[in-house]
Amino acid sequence: MNLQEYIELVFTDYTLRTITLGTAVLGAICGMLGSFAVLRKQSLLGDAISHAALPGIAIAFLIIGTKNSSIFLLGALISGLVGTFWIRGIIRNTHLKSDTALGLILSLFFGFGMLLLTYIQKIPNANQAGLESYLFGQAATLLESDVWLMVIVTSISLAILLLFWKELKILLFDADYTKTLGFNTRFLDILITSFIVIAIVLGLQTVGVVLMSAMLLAPAAAARQWTNSLGIMVILAAIFGALSGVVGTAISASHNNLSTGPVIVLVAGVFVLFSFIFSPGRGLLFREIRFRKNRNDLQLHKTLSFMYNIAKTHEDIAHPHAIKILNNFQGFTRKSLQKLEDKDYIKIQGNMWSMTESGYQTAANLYNQLTNNEDE
Amino acid sequence: MSNAQIEIQLIASLVAIACAIPGTFLVLRKMALITDAISHSILPGIVIGFFITHDLSSPLLIVMAAASGVLTVVLVEFIQKTGLVKEDTAIGLVFPALFSIGIILIAQNANDVHLDIDAVLLGELAFAPFDRLMIQGTDLGPKSLWIIGVILVITLGLLIAFFKELKISTFDAGLASALGLSPVVVHYGLMTVSSITTVGAFDAVGAILVIALMIAPAATAYLLTNNLKKMLLLAVLFGVCSAIAGYWLAHGLDTSISGSMTSVLGLVFLLVYLFAPNRGFFSVLYRQKQQRIEVSLLTFLLHLGNHHEEEERHVKHLNEHINWQKVRSKSVLDLALKNNMITIEKDIVSLTDKGKKFTTEAIDYIVTNKNSEIENMKDRFFLFRG
Amino acid sequence: MEDKIAVQIDDLTVAYNYKPVLWDIDLAIPEGVLMAIVGPNGAGKSTLIKSILDIINPIAGSIQIYGKPYKKQRSLVAYVPQKGSVDWDFPTTALDVVTMGTYGSLGWIKRPGQKEKKAALEALEKVGMLAFKNRQISQLSGGQQQRIFLARALVQNAAIYFMDEPFQGVDATTEKAIINILKELRKAGKTVIVVHHDLQTVPEYFDWVTFLNVKKIATGPVKDIFNDDNLTKTYGINYKVAVNQ
Repeated sequence: MNLQEYIELVFTDYTLRTITLGTAVLGAICGMLGSFAVLRKQSLLGDAISHAALPGIAIAFLIIGTKNSSIFLLGALISGLVGTFWIRGIIRNTHLKSDTALGLILSLFFGFGMLLLTYIQKIPNANQAGLESYLFGQAATLLESDVWLMVIVTSISLAILLLFWKELKILLFDADYTKTLGFNTRFLDILITSFIVIAIVLGLQTVGVVLMSAMLLAPAAAARQWTNSLGIMVILAAIFGALSGVVGTAISASHNNLSTGPVIVLVAGVFVLFSFIFSPGRGLLFREIRFRKNRNDLQLHKTLSFMYNIAKTHEDIAHPHAIKILNNFQGFTRKSLQKLEDKDYIKIQGNMWSMTESGYQTAANLYNQLTNNEDE
Repeated sequence: MSNAQIEIQLIASLVAIACAIPGTFLVLRKMALITDAISHSILPGIVIGFFITHDLSSPLLIVMAAASGVLTVVLVEFIQKTGLVKEDTAIGLVFPALFSIGIILIAQNANDVHLDIDAVLLGELAFAPFDRLMIQGTDLGPKSLWIIGVILVITLGLLIAFFKELKISTFDAGLASALGLSPVVVHYGLMTVSSITTVGAFDAVGAILVIALMIAPAATAYLLTNNLKKMLLLAVLFGVCSAIAGYWLAHGLDTSISGSMTSVLGLVFLLVYLFAPNRGFFSVLYRQKQQRIEVSLLTFLLHLGNHHEEEERHVKHLNEHINWQKVRSKSVLDLALKNNMITIEKDIVSLTDKGKKFTTEAIDYIVTNKNSEIENMKDRFFLFRG
Repeated sequence: MEDKIAVQIDDLTVAYNYKPVLWDIDLAIPEGVLMAIVGPNGAGKSTLIKSILDIINPIAGSIQIYGKPYKKQRSLVAYVPQKGSVDWDFPTTALDVVTMGTYGSLGWIKRPGQKEKKAALEALEKVGMLAFKNRQISQLSGGQQQRIFLARALVQNAAIYFMDEPFQGVDATTEKAIINILKELRKAGKTVIVVHHDLQTVPEYFDWVTFLNVKKIATGPVKDIFNDDNLTKTYGINYKVAVNQ
């Protein structure tokens, strides 16, 4: 299937439309709530929670005996929450640090989940098909009801975010201060953590246990590079997430043998890479350009202040001097003189240069700034 | 027990030992999650190595995988240095991306790669005895046994040779660099050993169990001791016991060996977490209750020492002014009386000489920030604990 | 003393993990003083402020703000936390941070409107940061960040101001600017309580001082009690080293 066929199919084929819609909504909710996880420095909690959800799915299957994604979600939610609280318990009650606690819960829960999954596989006649899809995600197994569930949960969390926007923002920025203002920080904390857990659990079927954390982090990390406003960051993260979902689904549906999860994660990864390099405010490329420009400016400023010190000694600042005397100063080149002339700071006539009024003022300002900075 | 069973248990035990050693240092250095990252991100290295050699047991695979493990560490540190995202986010971004690449490479070449995804996550310990090392027609035992054995010998050799350096740089990085030990060399050395061990173990036990074998035994041991040597020994012991017990559990339930081993590790951790003598959940709970009363007692004695007015020393004042619940103030009074710290006359409380001495010493320790001394002092003064 | 008492602390004991940090503190802070809390590292200075503000639960004792518990007097109190306690790379602007000072009076759910924005702009102007109102907070210097924090507290328009090391890591100009604002606050009859590190500037900046080292050593007017005797009691015999730091 090529891309064009794919696009036609999205509008005609019911299954593909469901899947595309599902991954888009999932990407949006993950980006939205992921922004909070990233800013709360809980990036890796998502990884631990998604792995911790696996035994819940297996136990749910063992209890009801058939595949039912809503019951699986419930199981995953319960075991994800158990994992979250155990992590907090370990950090609070022992001297083990958060990284150890996260790694422990992640691997132990996942191992136990795999024990149960292999056990289920050996049960004769059990209809276990589809359980493996929770490892790497299989968007093809999404049903319309799953998508509706995602839409409902996304709407609820959007409503909660809008309602408690001010409170959540200040909690993220300065928790102690929030408490002194009289807000119940514990309630807010549990509220946002629960929604993060719910978003993770929702994504397991599509992206899978192993890669779910990236779905949470990548759109938010990309969005952070483009804006300095929390609101815009959340919106951008939702858009990046949705786009990753749609594009990832398209790529994986138009090739054989491609699980949706890894492809969506890689698409999100491309967003991150692009943002890290090309974002105008923080990106590495522009940072490098700015760095070089600053260095060049510094060279020009040095040359200019050297000239200023010479011109200062004359009553007439526009008095011409020989370019030769600049030879004592190592920093100047023909090019930098040309640049200074372009900026109308100096005039060059033959072998002589003279300062203009505006050049003199600029140099004087630079000089003052320099001495002021030293005072501070 | 059949020969194959013994070999599987032997491999599992060697893997457990080889993981426990670097794991202990990673846990102590608060870098446990880097194992999570490495174990996932070596996958593309293994797959690419396989494309080149078309041999799953080629040493090149180990080299490629170790290289991609080190690459992960370098990438994570590079992203952290740019300051664009927080540190933990950097880890969380790098390894899923690399792992995804590995998975897609496998899926795209499913026909010629005999690596399936379950094997990646769980390993194939059960099949390890079938892949044998043959030299000139002589059967020298399973290949994985040799691979992990060599890695273990190297790890042990490095551990013994550089034990002092590792210890100093783990507990006091400042002192280490003052003594001329480069923290960078130790850091990357440890990362390389962790990567190689992960790769060697990966083949046998899969990506997830490697994490469990590295972190869980070390974390469990850390709940029991602070002594580095003891911690290493305990970690090895927990690792080996869980590996063998896990094997028999898998045998009984007919399930994945590595899943069972992890579950046993989890069980062992849970038991130690709950019942460890000093740091276990219950003993912490008990000690907190004891400390709560004893701190209240200290507070109360100090209050008596500070205030000589009768009104401030009235029994009722405990409830009213100091703002304690009735039950607590009663147990505090009882404890003080039992230890001969106070006398009560007509509801007016006074410090005894012993009480005065105790209070003065306690506050000296607290003001000079030697809180730990208070525990010794309590042993000297208390007949009954809270 | 005839003065009205702004903050009354009785028998306060605080412990972290059951290690005592503050012991049996009795302290009465009169209305309208500009007070420094001084003491060595680990003396419990920040803990004292945080206990008053109900961020930390004490294990014993009572704290009253104008005769009532803090929970009922929130609107009378403003707080400037330590600058290092927050993530300055958070995606928000200077104006936004200052507006947070109005959240307390707004209460749950209600959003800041024109009135709140105007108050925030006024506070920014007072600390000389109006030109930076749309700056991302990570692009501000240490001194500017501290001014933003001060402006956020000014917006709260409180009767009592608590500040945790407001002069840490700020330039000389900002330090002067901040102390001038604090003195203005005192003139307006407000009470200002500052955790302070630099013993040399105590007599110049403050009129009231509390010496703290787990226990309360002394409290009173600077001119009466800021002397070698109390400094030695608080910092030990080597206090002169502390002064010169």
